[in-house]
Amino acid sequence: MQPITPIQQHNQGSGPQPEPALPTLLKVKYTLIGLAGVGLWFALYRQLHAMAEYLVFSLLGMKAGSHLGEAVLFFFYDTPKVLMLLTLIVFAVGVLRSFFTPERTRKILAGKRESVGNVLAALLGIVTPFCSCSAVPLFIGFVTAGVPLGVTFSFLISAPMVNEVALVLLYGLLGWKVAAIYLSTGLLIAIFAGWTIGRLKMEDSIEDWVRELDGNAANIPDQNLTWVERFGHGKTAVRDIVGKVWIYVVAGIAVGAGIHGFVPEGFMASIMGKDVWWSVPTAVLIGIPMYSNAAGIVPVVQALLGKGAALGTVLAFMMSVIALSFPEMVILRKVLKPRLIAVFIGVVGAGIMLVGYLFNIII
Amino acid sequence: MEIKVLGPGCAKCTEAEKLMRAAVDEAGVAATIEKISDFQQIAKHGVFSTPAVIIDGQVKCVGKVPSIKEALDWVRQ
Repeated sequence: MQPITPIQQHNQGSGPQPEPALPTLLKVKYTLIGLAGVGLWFALYRQLHAMAEYLVFSLLGMKAGSHLGEAVLFFFYDTPKVLMLLTLIVFAVGVLRSFFTPERTRKILAGKRESVGNVLAALLGIVTPFCSCSAVPLFIGFVTAGVPLGVTFSFLISAPMVNEVALVLLYGLLGWKVAAIYLSTGLLIAIFAGWTIGRLKMEDSIEDWVRELDGNAANIPDQNLTWVERFGHGKTAVRDIVGKVWIYVVAGIAVGAGIHGFVPEGFMASIMGKDVWWSVPTAVLIGIPMYSNAAGIVPVVQALLGKGAALGTVLAFMMSVIALSFPEMVILRKVLKPRLIAVFIGVVGAGIMLVGYLFNIII
Repeated sequence: MEIKVLGPGCAKCTEAEKLMRAAVDEAGVAATIEKISDFQQIAKHGVFSTPAVIIDGQVKCVGKVPSIKEALDWVRQ
């Protein structure tokens, strides 16, 4: 497949004129409002624990150190903490994503060689905004523009797996180390799984009608966003994402708080502990038909870990739930032949299992 | 005026279609609105991030639900 030239050109001209720069006074005003907002956020965030203690022990009159008191404190501290973190990060990522579009990403990846392309694609998968149901049109767009198949897969694997909601929840509930492990291993799986799929030379397993399409991209007006508009994107992201997942976060933390009190310690160790060799593949297999977003799965993960499940097993379970989903396979079937879907599941699943075993061994 | 809303049928695509209908009603212009959800058709229009809006063969926006203000600007032209 040849890279098509028209897409290199569609960015100039034709778009709407950039809006005139904001008057300086207005710029100063927005900057001040922004700074005040961030300052207020930090001031409030630092007081959360004290406020939760005051609410639970003074206002509700619960006993410090009692089972119920600690569970309720856990809930009233963790819930606002995670929601505040989520709001800040989702806003920041929303602003960051306003610098990227699928069209621009496609152009960046179109001329790339495989190995470099896989790394770049996995990274761009994190910051390129696209609605999950766009996966198929995006796949077609990439492949017809001459993005190598393996590089396209690196993008498609990294985009759902490494996402800001998963990272914030892991950081907020399990600490920065677990979040960092998840981020780096998620990226590595996307890079190597994509690379492997590229090595297998399975271009003939793309449905014929896709390969027969010409790669002509429509002439799309280029957006020249002002900062106010970029912050608007951040606000929209908060409304869309936090507005959708907050209920899962609250429910998940409530369940987690309950499990702390009622499920015996070490309960999960016998089935999801590190000495149980079959627990990692089982976790991956159970995760495939399960379809949940990160917000619903992380509090469950936290509860499992607290009861003696091994980190590697739990990470493998979480990655499998998020990155390999049955509905996605059904949609991808429209553009991929079954053989390639099987290879995709096999390669990504193997990568996830490797990560699971690795962390069960080293931690 | 011939308006096409492209999208496989998720919440955002439905929202985009509703918004274009609202814009056409408000502007009081004569227009046909067609929803295209077939992947092959979407690809043939040279669009690969959805929802997308095409008016009289010209792609107006891709990968997002337009604002009502944008939509009104397009249909009033």
